Order: sequence, then structure tokens, then C-alpha cells
Amino acid sequence: MELGDLDLAALLTKLEIEPYADMLPGKGELPGMTVKGRAYIAGIFEHPTRLAPDKTVAQLHAEVALGALGDAGLTRDDVDGYFCSGDAPGPGPASMAEYMNLKLRHMDSTEIGGASYIALAAHAAEAIALGKCDVALVTLAGRPRSEGMATGTAPRQRDPNQPEAPWEAPYAITTVNGYAMCAMRHMYDYGTTSEQLAWVKVAASHHARHNPHAMLPEVVMVEDVLNSPMIADPLHRLDCCVISDGGGAIVLVRPEIAKQLKRPLVSIIGTGEAVKHLTGGTFDLTTSGASLAGPTAFAEAGVTPADIKYASIYDSFTITVIIQLEDLGFCAKGAGGKFVADGNLISGIGKLPFNTDGGGLCNNHPANRGSMTKVLEAVRQLRGEAHPAVQVRNCDLALAQGTGFQLATRHGSATMIMERE
Amino acid sequence: MAVFTSRKLAPPIITAESKAFFDAARQSRFLIPTCTACDRAHWYPRAVCPFCTSDKVEWREASGRGTVYAFSVMRRVKEPYIIAHVTLAEGPTMLTNIVGCDADHLRIGQAVTVVFQDTDNGPPVPLFKPI
Repeated sequence: MELGDLDLAALLTKLEIEPYADMLPGKGELPGMTVKGRAYIAGIFEHPTRLAPDKTVAQLHAEVALGALGDAGLTRDDVDGYFCSGDAPGPGPASMAEYMNLKLRHMDSTEIGGASYIALAAHAAEAIALGKCDVALVTLAGRPRSEGMATGTAPRQRDPNQPEAPWEAPYAITTVNGYAMCAMRHMYDYGTTSEQLAWVKVAASHHARHNPHAMLPEVVMVEDVLNSPMIADPLHRLDCCVISDGGGAIVLVRPEIAKQLKRPLVSIIGTGEAVKHLTGGTFDLTTSGASLAGPTAFAEAGVTPADIKYASIYDSFTITVIIQLEDLGFCAKGAGGKFVADGNLISGIGKLPFNTDGGGLCNNHPANRGSMTKVLEAVRQLRGEAHPAVQVRNCDLALAQGTGFQLATRHGSATMIMERE
Repeated sequence: MAVFTSRKLAPPIITAESKAFFDAARQSRFLIPTCTACDRAHWYPRAVCPFCTSDKVEWREASGRGTVYAFSVMRRVKEPYIIAHVTLAEGPTMLTNIVGCDADHLRIGQAVTVVFQDTDNGPPVPLFKPI
């Protein structure tokens, strides 16, 4: 399909996506500029640690950076673009650039929480396409487990200048309670059940048992999820992701460099990003920013959800997966519970294999930010380097989806579609 | 589960945009910002209308009535509390806490009315209780 021929309105109708449609460009108005085929993911690395009391956050960033550069067959001295987010110590990229002694001509420190690393990889691809850098490094690392952060069950500290602070801080919303509100409303509007939520965790656990680094490698059944302690009704403990130390990195390069390296050619063919917020007090908690980021990415890539062979979907909680799958168009809004049931997300069994590393629910969740590991497993799948038990056959088209911050108030969202040549 | 009463609430931050609201709250008056250009109320309050971008926003006394849009019970503390989004009769939906009810029997759609509760060395903030 040629980009110029793409009828977005028709595509959205086909995908059964309504939200934000009025904010998208009309037919023939798509930008001519695209990252498609202009940048390749040449190196990836996931830190094997899940508990790192004897390392610093900066050290973890450097270790994943060197790991990804080594995977690509490049060195630190090849890097001329650096991309990091709020987990990187110090303001913006400066401290880590100094720590790793990088010589940069381009940088970006977009902060949209856990969705940042998909957005940063997209921005890196854009920068490469424009000739702003040749070898772009994206890093993530953190130690919330060692630092004893009560990540999901304590109210987060706010900047007093955040305009919503006077109106929200007294009510002490926590991460898990916010996502629980989304789950409860999804159940109310669409009849979604706790059993359906549990299937997301069950599928992740079927994959995690093949990952030697996974924090929770035990296979669980729907009953195990329902019988685990209630954390915030309707979310049980096993509806929640793990808290782990660790990190990951991605190296992106321009096509001429990618073709000289010895790694499989994985290119970025479509990206989208969004911030969804409470829009002045008129909002729907059952829809996420993926309803905008997703169609943008699909339109740029010129593919549909039915074409996707493997999907990495950010899984801070089981409900996060269901809402994003709907918003991306893998099923209709409200049908996500039915879509994920009965093993439909299990590789080799279901129609849409997801999070074959075990995801945040079972494998890891470094720095409490999920989208880096989502890209890493998608690249493994495209390279044919996933564990043989979960490797998707002929996996030539994959999607990674991230969400950051709080689904029940304001959150970032980013989508990336990747292709193996 | 016991009736929810009170917990120590963190005081709201008083800013140029929030002072009038909390001054009124000290007199148990519940104001919501309404744009006189587009005639729409919004939440959270701000000086520029999020719908039409006009700065002709004024405080209007609200009915204090609403319905529960979604809620979640925070049980992992000594004194559990209910976090909720409440859709106000005037239109916008706001983040708040629900008090004065049995959490096990609260449901989406429950009609609620505003109550003010003192904060820790700060002005009172609006919470809601079932009608």
C-alpha cells in the first residue's frame, strides 16, 4: 500500500476505532516524511539482573549501553546520538553523557513515563532519517527493588508546580488504585470479568517459564490469580507486574551502517505517540492514549492489526493490556476481555502471541517503566532469537506498545511497528 | 467493612489559581470554574478554559451533587480510604475521596453529595458521601 493512497477514515472504520478520529489528518494529508526504512535497530541488550544492590543506576545504564553496542558490533566511540528519560540520573542526558564519556551531536530526553523508550526510539529514528546522528543509543535502568520503593501502593511525590497538584494530592491516589478504577469501569461498561483479566497473567506465565531470568517463572492458572490477595479491587496481586531492578538499551543506526553489521535487519516502519489526560473533566477511563498513538503508527506503516505476527503490550497490570489491545484495534472496544481469554495471547496456541519474555507481569519491570523491554522482546522475535518454545514462526512484523504514568489521570502512550527485512 | 470516617488529609497547595476555591471551602462553599465565553464548567480549575481557551473563567457555586463514575478502595494502610472519580451535576468529573459509607456496598452510579473535611494544617477539601 502506498502512503499517499491511504484513507485514514476507512482504516479507522475497519479497525473499529472512534476516539480522537477528528484529530487525525484527512485523506491525502499524511506527511510525506516517514521513518519507514530510514533507521534500523542494530543492537539490543537486557540486563540479566533483577536485584542490583551493589550497583549504581548510572552503572546499570552504562552496562546496558555497552551490551547493546556489543550486540550491534559497535563501540562507545561510534555513538553520536543519546536518548534517555527520567530514570537517567541527573537532568536530561548531561550526566549520563559525561559518565559514559559520549561525544554527541544529537540528544533527546522525552519524559512520558514507561512509554518513553518507544517514543525515544522513534525520535532516534527520526533524527537518523534527518541526518542528525548516525548511531543512536537509548538506555533505561533503575533499582526500585533495591531502593525499597513501594511503587504501586504509595502516593507518588508531586512537583508543587504541577497544576493538578492542589486538586489531587489530598486524595492520595496510588498507581494500583488508579488502574483498579479503570478495570472497575471497564467491567461496568463492558461486562469484563476477573477471569478474563487473569488470562493475561496466565499467558505471560506460560512464556516466562522459558525465560531463565524471569522473576516469576512459575506457570499460573486463572484460579491462582483469583485466589491471590486482593490489592485494589478488582486487581489481585497476580494482576500486578513485578518490581525489579535492571535495565535495557537499544542501538539504532542508519541503513548504510545496518547493512555493514552482522545482525538481522530490523527496521522501524511506523510510530505514534500521545498523551491522554482528563480533558477538563470529560473523559473515559476505558480508553487509553493507544487509541491515538496506535492508528498513527499503523497508518505510517501501511499495515493493519491483522498483519501483526507478534505484539509486546505494556502490562503494568492485566487491565492495561486489555485496554491497549482494544485501542490498537486488535479487537473492538469492550471486547478485550473475550479476546484475551482461553489462551489467545499464548505463543503457539492463541491468535496473537504477546510478551513472550514473560513481560512485566512475570519477567521484569526495570525502573518501573515497561516499554524498553517491550521493544527488546519484539526485536528478538523479529530476529528469530526468542526462546524456541515461544518463537513465533515467520515473525516478520511486530508491534511494541507502551503506556506511562497513570491510566486513571494523565498518561503517555507510544506505539512502534517494526519489520524484519 | 467499617464505615469510613476520616484520615489525615495532606493540605492542598495554595496557588494563585487555587486560593479562591479554598477560601470558599473554609465557608463550606463548593465552587466550580465556569467559562462565561463557552458556558462550560471544567475540572480541575484553571485560569484558562480548557475547552475554548478563553480567560473569562469565573467561580460559580455548585450544587455539590454528583454520581460515582469509578472508585477504588485503598486497603493497604491502617485506615482504608476510597479514591473515586465523581461526575458532578454541572458536567465535569473530578478526582476525590468517598466517605461515610461501607466500601463493600459502594457501586458505580451511586448518587453522592459534597462534604468538606479539614486537612492537616490547611483548608478543607471537598469529599463526597452517598445520599
